[in-house]
Amino acid sequence: MSSEISTGTTRVKRGMAEMLKGGVIMDVVNVEQAQIAQDAGAVAVMALERVPADIRAEGGVSRMSDPDMIDAIRAAVSIPVMAKARIGHFAEAQVLESLGVDYIDESEVLSPADYAHHIDKWKFTIPFVCGATNLGEALRRLTEGAAMIRSKGEAGTGDVSNAVTHMRKIRSEVLKLSSMAPDELFVAAKELQAPYDLVAEVARTGSLPTVLFTAGGIATPADCALMMQLGADGVFVGSGIFKSGNPAERAAAVVQATMHFDNPDVVAKVSRGLGEAMVGINVADIPVHHRLEDRGW
Amino acid sequence: MKSVPVVGVLAIQGGVREHLLSLEKAGAKSVTVKTLRQLGEVDALVIPGGESTTIDKLARKFGLLEYMREARAAGMPMYGSCAGMIMLADHILGAITDQESVGGLDITVERNAFGRQSESFETGISITGIREPEREFEGVFIRAPWVNSAGESIEVIAKVNSGVHTGRIVAVRSDTLLATSFHPELTADSRVHELFVEMVRKA
Repeated sequence: MSSEISTGTTRVKRGMAEMLKGGVIMDVVNVEQAQIAQDAGAVAVMALERVPADIRAEGGVSRMSDPDMIDAIRAAVSIPVMAKARIGHFAEAQVLESLGVDYIDESEVLSPADYAHHIDKWKFTIPFVCGATNLGEALRRLTEGAAMIRSKGEAGTGDVSNAVTHMRKIRSEVLKLSSMAPDELFVAAKELQAPYDLVAEVARTGSLPTVLFTAGGIATPADCALMMQLGADGVFVGSGIFKSGNPAERAAAVVQATMHFDNPDVVAKVSRGLGEAMVGINVADIPVHHRLEDRGW
Repeated sequence: MKSVPVVGVLAIQGGVREHLLSLEKAGAKSVTVKTLRQLGEVDALVIPGGESTTIDKLARKFGLLEYMREARAAGMPMYGSCAGMIMLADHILGAITDQESVGGLDITVERNAFGRQSESFETGISITGIREPEREFEGVFIRAPWVNSAGESIEVIAKVNSGVHTGRIVAVRSDTLLATSFHPELTADSRVHELFVEMVRKA
């Protein structure tokens, strides 16, 4: 190490995600919601034009948000501000970097721009978070330069089942790797469709080299406690808060339940009197080609 | 004080696990602290990096902040990195309206003073009072605060050595309190934690 100043290093990118651990990142579509999120104790906000539930309801192509809207939210809160770019849309990511957001989510919630390639995230100073449904997908995103992973779940549904499936899948694949003999890791890398070096690192350390959050369908304090007990480092809540009856109360409740995920007395206490949760759609009722989890590969 | 002190890491949110590991390397027994009862069982406390607004709000919500203030006033050694530095500062610039702190260090800290994530950086820094002080420490600064001014009771132990921020104060201490703008817990170097454990033993 020299006394030169180095920005955009892997350590400051991954380290930024480490500082979000144990916290809740909330989707917000305007300044008022951003302030509610900050007041509730959110560790960051995701600025976007429509929450996933509305994207799902309204259909059409979903894109990066208006820079004016992102700027307004940045000016209104002191916590980090994240924003979404379409999968493979590196020009949207360049715009978000130019705006100075703190993290970019290359997200399946927006319409993909490239059905073959994800963004080369090493080229950016701003760190990226990407979704994954399994370990191989997570490791491919890390290979492209992602500094944080979130399990995908099924955004905009209020149905936590896919978040559970993806988190359990990733954790069990990590465990399986860490129990393998060294000479089995070559085939494991082939099967995971991920680089051998990363696979060997996961096998040796017994964990992903980055933070692993959870997302997609989380709507209640108990959902947060469930996902944290399943091994999530933190939680993204999208439509679950601002599509519910009492956003300010629910936002505070999910933050407190995420901190005290291992204390059912606290989760019970904060779950009282929250009013209606978001209406919700069962993932099983969504036609397969309308599911977001299959975007990205 | 016993030779292997029990040091708690405030586990509201943030880089908790990394501090636990660094403290063990530095010769302490480390435990997480989320409740008043757990806070009552430790010899010293680390407030980790994270979001200072979140840590403050939840510490107040669960009655921890008041208790931390009392413990600090009664002489409990505390170390804060990044958001933790903000929590130990008597004065905060750039705070949100109702932000509170544990206080104890007569310093004015400016939140996110080095800028947003695009300005987060690494640089080698020299720290007074750590083991092998001539060997530079890997300073990892993430949306980091700096110390605008420090009172006479405060010892400044590190400043930025190069670039546009040369001379900015990034580590301070008193007899029982230690604070850094950067994140030693994100490195394999345990010398800052060793300094803190030494302060705990002397307290």
